Amino acid sequence: MQASAEQVAISVRDLVVGFGDQVVLDHLSLDVRRGEILGLVGASGGGKSVLLRTIIGLIPKRQGRIEIMGMELEKATLQDMRSFGRRWGILYQQGALFSSLTVRQNVQFPMRENLEISLPLLDELATAKLEMVGLSPDDGDKFPAELSGGMTKRVALARALALDPEIVFLDEPTSGLDPIAAGDFDVLIRTLRQTFGLTVFMVTHDLDSLHTVCDRVAALADGKVVAVGPIANLLASEHPWVKSYFYGERARIRAHAVH
Amino acid sequence: MGSKPVLSSTIAGERLELAAVGSWTAVYSDLLERLVDPDTLPVSNIRRVAIDMTRVQELDTLGAWLLERLIRRSRDRGQEAEFVGLPEHYRGLIDQVHEVNRRAPSSRARANRLIAGLDSVGRAAAELKTDLIAFLDMLGALSGVIARVLVRPRTFRLTSAVHHMNRVGWQALPIMLLITFLIGGIIAQQGIFHFSKFGAETYVVDMVGILVLREFGVLIVSIMVAGRSGSAYTAELGSMKMREEIDALRTMGFDPVEVLILPRVLALVCALPILTFFGSMAALYGGGLVAWLYGGMSPSIFVARLREVISVTHFEVGMIKAPFMALVIGIIACSEGLLVKGSAESLGLRTTTSVVKSIFLVIVLDGVFAIFFASIGM
Ligand SMILES: Nc1ncnc2c1ncn2[C@@H]1O[C@H](COP(=O)(O)OP(=O)(O)OP(=O)(O)O)[C@@H](O)[C@H]1O
Ligand SMILES: [Mg+2]
Repeated sequence: MQASAEQVAISVRDLVVGFGDQVVLDHLSLDVRRGEILGLVGASGGGKSVLLRTIIGLIPKRQGRIEIMGMELEKATLQDMRSFGRRWGILYQQGALFSSLTVRQNVQFPMRENLEISLPLLDELATAKLEMVGLSPDDGDKFPAELSGGMTKRVALARALALDPEIVFLDEPTSGLDPIAAGDFDVLIRTLRQTFGLTVFMVTHDLDSLHTVCDRVAALADGKVVAVGPIANLLASEHPWVKSYFYGERARIRAHAVH
Repeated sequence: MGSKPVLSSTIAGERLELAAVGSWTAVYSDLLERLVDPDTLPVSNIRRVAIDMTRVQELDTLGAWLLERLIRRSRDRGQEAEFVGLPEHYRGLIDQVHEVNRRAPSSRARANRLIAGLDSVGRAAAELKTDLIAFLDMLGALSGVIARVLVRPRTFRLTSAVHHMNRVGWQALPIMLLITFLIGGIIAQQGIFHFSKFGAETYVVDMVGILVLREFGVLIVSIMVAGRSGSAYTAELGSMKMREEIDALRTMGFDPVEVLILPRVLALVCALPILTFFGSMAALYGGGLVAWLYGGMSPSIFVARLREVISVTHFEVGMIKAPFMALVIGIIACSEGLLVKGSAESLGLRTTTSVVKSIFLVIVLDGVFAIFFASIGM
């Protein structure tokens, strides 16, 4: 099933990425449709972060074609890059918060650059974002070095969502969060998608997120997407890695616990 | 992209009906804030406020928050306020923003300017003491580690020390030679220019020889090393501190002073005298060359005169100072590195402090040595 051009937010075709002798992504193709939440699963070190970073243009590709919102990133001018910066939000696996700015300033940074609003409103909006990701307003004055691992994740999420972007790229947003917070995160993402049609490209190992928020799930193995579709399709997949991912010991214990 | 946002208002008796129309998103951030300014809305006699949402084309957090804020302000005035005709797909976001900004963040009290100024002066003064203690602390820790290493030489990290010697010694050599060569030349040129007025050009050799061997050789090289290698030490240790690498080392049962600092300081202590020696030679060479090309003094005369006026003592005075300079630079650089906190800014700050402090202390130490050598007649 080939989605038509305007429905596709991100299209990756025949992508090859490697470092030295190591080929990490090997002729990989993947489409992310507009307004969908796509979950990407794969083994640790399998190249999920590399795929994400290649899509957003941080890692050079050897071959292939990547289009985001109908535009090829390499052909983008400086002007286009600025508009991309406004239309997408990115949560890096390690947070990548600006260490010399406070939490509130981190969230305000993209807003300050792109929105023409007064300072009090800027403060209110930043606090609103922080509370939406489950932080307390008092955390706004802390510096990144003073945060716990899960708090870092939440601030990074608040910063990624600061401009209410069209697309967000999330690298393991719920790792390091307690299950309640992870559930709140799922609700937030769903709400935003419902309100303004957010497209989400999400690397995750959180089986609950995969089941509850993801419209489709893509499985990455051996540098390729070996299965993609609604979670039910993946559960029915015959691919050995996908099978062991969803029906391994831990997944089974989980299923027992749930039922 | 939707059409421009509009907020139209109609008054029906005690009821104010507002209708939000168009695209309430960050794209129109400049318009939106003015639209919903609560102070421009009519207030008198209004008991109820209703915001009609049916014709909102797009909504994001900014728009939702502004509308929510409007509702809150109305309620604060004792009016009844509510959304009407809220499309189902906006309900989630409106509910989300309904929860936020309920409590103002406890802002940190801002002190009076004057008091803040005095406060920072006081803190800076108190810091002098902590700095001194940090220096002595590091010196003590280093001595302890050296004592331990002397008892069990196998624990010494030779590979690391050699690696750092290569970095701070061998790789620094070209730039040190160049700089000292130029300095030697400049001193000679200035000497010739001014001394020739009295016909005393030959004394240029005295000046170059004594200045270079006693003072400038070691001083220039130390300052260069502080800027080049001391700053690198601080930045390395600081970023290791930032990424909790030093904590990791400590919890694995290693002593960071032994693993990281001793090899670095020792490398400096070995390299700096060598650099000083080569630097002084380059400076003499530069001086000789300028004396020949600019002052017309043949190299043989220069060397002969140098032999006459320079004794080994001058050379010794310069060389004795070198390892102490290295020790000061190394200890300052490493202890500043360990003081780095979590932010990139503090890394920059500590690196600057490290260079400034070590250059300052190098010069102070040089002065102390000058008094010392003068009093023992060297
Ligand atoms: N900058 C880099 N230079 C060289 N190799 C790299 C680089 N970045 C990633 N790799 C390699 O690419 C492979 C894929 O790494 P990647 O970070 O994409 O894994 P991942 O799927 O995100 O794993 P995880 O779930 O643990 O985050 C790994 O073998 C990694 O060593
Ligand atoms: Mg990763």
